[in-house]
Amino acid sequence: MSGKLGWDRQQMADRIAREFQEGWIVNLGVGIPTMCSNTDIGDREITYHAENGVIGYGPVLPMGQEDLHLVNAGGQNVSLAPGAAIVNHADSFGIIRSGRIDVTVMGAYEVASSGDFANWKVAGAKGGGIGGAMDLAASAKRVFIILEHTQRNGTSRLVRHCALPVTARGVVKLVCTNLGVFEPVGEGFRVRELAPGVDLPAAQAATATPLYA
Amino acid sequence: MARRSKVFGSFAEAVKDIADGSVVGIGGFAGPGTPYNLTKALLEQGAKKLTCVANTTGGAHQPRMPDIGMLVENGQVAKVICSFTAATRPTDTLPFTKYYESGECDAELVPQGTLAERMRAAGAGIPAFYTPTAVGTELAEGRETRVINGREYLLEYALPLDVAFIRAWKADEAGNLVFRLAQRNFCPLMATAATLTIVEVEEPIVPAGTLDPDLIHVPGIFVQRLVKIPPAPEGLWTVRREERTR
Repeated sequence: MSGKLGWDRQQMADRIAREFQEGWIVNLGVGIPTMCSNTDIGDREITYHAENGVIGYGPVLPMGQEDLHLVNAGGQNVSLAPGAAIVNHADSFGIIRSGRIDVTVMGAYEVASSGDFANWKVAGAKGGGIGGAMDLAASAKRVFIILEHTQRNGTSRLVRHCALPVTARGVVKLVCTNLGVFEPVGEGFRVRELAPGVDLPAAQAATATPLYA
Repeated sequence: MARRSKVFGSFAEAVKDIADGSVVGIGGFAGPGTPYNLTKALLEQGAKKLTCVANTTGGAHQPRMPDIGMLVENGQVAKVICSFTAATRPTDTLPFTKYYESGECDAELVPQGTLAERMRAAGAGIPAFYTPTAVGTELAEGRETRVINGREYLLEYALPLDVAFIRAWKADEAGNLVFRLAQRNFCPLMATAATLTIVEVEEPIVPAGTLDPDLIHVPGIFVQRLVKIPPAPEGLWTVRREERTR
């Protein structure tokens, strides 16, 4: 729990993984989203797609069992699931742009209630790290965001308008933070679920936009 | 019919004539497919004012292997075209970031799928294309967009390379290449986009006619030079990244 209210990182990943539907093709971003691939998804058939053309990967392999020719988009040495296939980078992003990805799960610095989000450039920087985020955000069927609800100083990461340069506009469908699960609905966020020990006044106090029950 | 071999005896010999000002694509993604030996040879060869094209400039992880950041540190690079000038995790640091932020080295930040497609286009004789990626962002400001079937797209230009450095699993003397698992990534695209493609090869290079033509990932017409990677420590091989502390 690291002293924080609500869910820890793996619990946030587990909560988002519960949303994955039978047959979905899922792209997981670096950081907490990658932890979704550790979640037991039971009987559902889910295909994990990585930007580097690895289609159908499984859990990260322990030291000594890894194959150095095989990494996911986060550079972790993963395993292959039965039915896996390998393509080049252009074909991998062709899969993304042509709308085959059912959901992309990413981290972010900020999410706006308009569905905009920012995750590539910090305040005051000239450059940043885009990676595949803009391609995925523009063309995946759904964008889910996992992030800590507030910055270390308590400032809400759920906002009315992003202050940082956006990655894409109006695309976020679902947000999971340590405090709960939220849907952007224009002027604010609709509360889908609150983490154990979190009530609506506490969540609202940590959020810069209205929350709707 | 004669079949000339494309095999070179050393990395130094294979990169000897790379000119100042060249546009050099360096393949690989998070380890697999990364041509560490060719990059090291270019560091020693010393060509300057290079434009380097790659997914990232490298150096965020330990152990550090030869990367674009080192070419920048060595004063050889004028500009980098990549999808990361900084790491996305605050806990990671790219050695290149300070050079870009201070203005010592220029950069063009390109979304990863656009970067791949720009090289694919260059290798496919397509001068430009429209993509939905980056529409509505800072990257699209002041640039040409077009609405096609009700959706807005951004115009992107092909990215031809003078030189491509890539790494393959298997090759024959005619330059036909086979990659293994995640090695493929940008490598075939860079080979097709480049005038001169130089390949470091992991397995022994076999005579033409040995590899199954149905299983070739890059045909030899896109490949000019091959070098077999010697055993370690002389040759640099892909290693596992050290575990993160968090």
